[in-house]
Amino acid sequence: MTTKLLISRRKLLQTSAAGAALGFLPYSGSVQAATSATVGFIYVGPKDDYGYNQSHAEGAAALKDIAGIKVVEEENVPETVDVQKTMESMINLDGASLIFPTSFGYFDPHMLAMAAKYPKVQFRHCGGLWNKDKNPMNAGSYFGYIGMGQYLNGIAAGHATKSKKLGFVAAKPIPQVLLNINSFLLGARAVDPTITVQVIFTGEWSLAVKEAEATNALIDQGADVITCHVDSPKVVVQTAAGRGAFICGYHANQSPLAPDKYLTGAEWAWGTVYKMFIDKLQKGEPLPNFTRGGLAEGFVKMSPLGPGVNAEGRKQFEATLAEMMKGGFSVIKGPLKDNKGKEVVAAGKAYPETAIELESMDYLVDGVIGSTS
Amino acid sequence: MAGEIGLWGVPLAILGGAIRVSTPFIFVSLGETITERSGRINLGLEGTLVFGAMTAYGVAVETGSTWLGLLAAALSGICFGLFHGWICKFPKVNDIAIGIAMMLFGTGLAFFFGKPFIKPSAPHLPAIAFGFWSTIPQVQAALDVNVLFLIGAALSVLLWWAFKNTRAGLIIRVVGDSSDAARAMGINPNSVRLLATGVGGAFAAIGGAYLSLYYPGSWNERISSGQGLMAVALVIFARWNPLGCFAAALLFGGAGALGPSLQSVGVTQGYYLFYATPYVLTLAIMIATSSPGRSLAGAPGELSITK
Repeated sequence: MTTKLLISRRKLLQTSAAGAALGFLPYSGSVQAATSATVGFIYVGPKDDYGYNQSHAEGAAALKDIAGIKVVEEENVPETVDVQKTMESMINLDGASLIFPTSFGYFDPHMLAMAAKYPKVQFRHCGGLWNKDKNPMNAGSYFGYIGMGQYLNGIAAGHATKSKKLGFVAAKPIPQVLLNINSFLLGARAVDPTITVQVIFTGEWSLAVKEAEATNALIDQGADVITCHVDSPKVVVQTAAGRGAFICGYHANQSPLAPDKYLTGAEWAWGTVYKMFIDKLQKGEPLPNFTRGGLAEGFVKMSPLGPGVNAEGRKQFEATLAEMMKGGFSVIKGPLKDNKGKEVVAAGKAYPETAIELESMDYLVDGVIGSTS
Repeated sequence: MAGEIGLWGVPLAILGGAIRVSTPFIFVSLGETITERSGRINLGLEGTLVFGAMTAYGVAVETGSTWLGLLAAALSGICFGLFHGWICKFPKVNDIAIGIAMMLFGTGLAFFFGKPFIKPSAPHLPAIAFGFWSTIPQVQAALDVNVLFLIGAALSVLLWWAFKNTRAGLIIRVVGDSSDAARAMGINPNSVRLLATGVGGAFAAIGGAYLSLYYPGSWNERISSGQGLMAVALVIFARWNPLGCFAAALLFGGAGALGPSLQSVGVTQGYYLFYATPYVLTLAIMIATSSPGRSLAGAPGELSITK
């Protein structure tokens, strides 16, 4: 609500000052002039939520010490036309020349529309599938292969579970979430092929009561290790720990919330990515349109292992991590069936983390109890 | 942790969900019943609830005492309620419009002051283990009943009795049904409404405190999923009867638990539809119990929506 008021005020200022603004605002579209620049970050939730938004805000905070870079941020921006207004006010009022809209739903149509309207401003979206043939060249996307982290979570969980049943609280059945669920199961199955993962979709990125209910329902059905893919895992972590289940974290390090029950977690390290973009911007080099990286590139990291991981688990976890750091590790490899019995990856075929096919995943693999619709 | 309980998980989750999720609805709807029985509508309770959640969490983090947090929330709720009541006493002021303004004001203020409290963890309100007789951990977990739920249940009976049998209850009802009759009795309707709105605000803020201090037990800007607004609707659904409010809140909480628990036992298709159950249920009962031939039974005569 408050953001709406802010925007309308900004809108008003913007329209009244439009003529003047065009004259002097630093549209640093030509990259050579960009040693000083204003960079905009847009978050869908509060930026200190122990989760997705916090991971981005920490990345943004890493830029504040760089000389000549001014960071502007706006939080709690819905994935609606509101985000377009936020982008316009960042461009026209703050003079932003590079914008990072960080939430999945900002990409299409909102960021693409803005990129077409402001061709001199650079837009880089987190998680979208930027397409060279269809999308504007001043737009682009970056993401990390955090599915690898969920595979490692699965290994830790596989060693900790006694009921052989793991729980996953997921927001929406989009490709990145499905890849995480599948990777978590496959990691656990690398320990014990009888393990299953029960998934509950809450339908929204942030719904505290429903996430708590989902966690309780999973534990009621016998799951004894819980992980999640929601914007703020805080509620899931606290509820699961309260019921005595182990937890694998996501987005950021949640171990302070449940030090005894926290096994490990897949965390983002966005500072690496944002510093890379700023470095290129300041050197006057073109910004890459399609950026991806994993554990080896420092885009993703694992939380330190907790006391719930036994020696055997620690050994397998570290060996797999070392294997992944070499690059080319494949979590999704054939023969692989989905949970409806259809073959989705043929025998002999393997998709390393870099495979673009993984970013349009639409199935849950055999062993996951749940449905994508 | 015990093994499978299979399909029994669904009724158990509905029971557990009814107990866990219903408390904010109980408190907000009881508070709103008091306010509406006195002839005024306070739509701002959503804002009061969010502000109460923030206040309770913040005070609990700072002092380490959940009870102080609860007390602070109740006081903040009284302030919001009194403010609403005070503005509405001026002539030609629309209580619904003021309520919407108070809702935005309350949530905005809570977000502003709540920033530093998103990260720290606060202690939780105590629960009483009514499941001690069972050896099944799922049953034990479902029957962990928070004290606020019990207080809410007791309050709904007490209010139901008080509206019928006490002088205070009679005064609120008279003011709510006819200002003229109240004035003839020597009662100032505005003072009664002021107090009733203040008490209603305190109840709503306690409902918010339950959200942040017990279930889900965390403060952030998304903590409320519209409980404050839904509870105001539940009052009409319950026909301004405190016992009805309690039942409606239980029904709503239980229906809300249906979606996640069905997925957990393997009914995975169409979960968006199951998530709509509470709202579909509310609509269905509203349609079934309403009639174009008569006005709402039990509606206070002075309410701006019935006048």
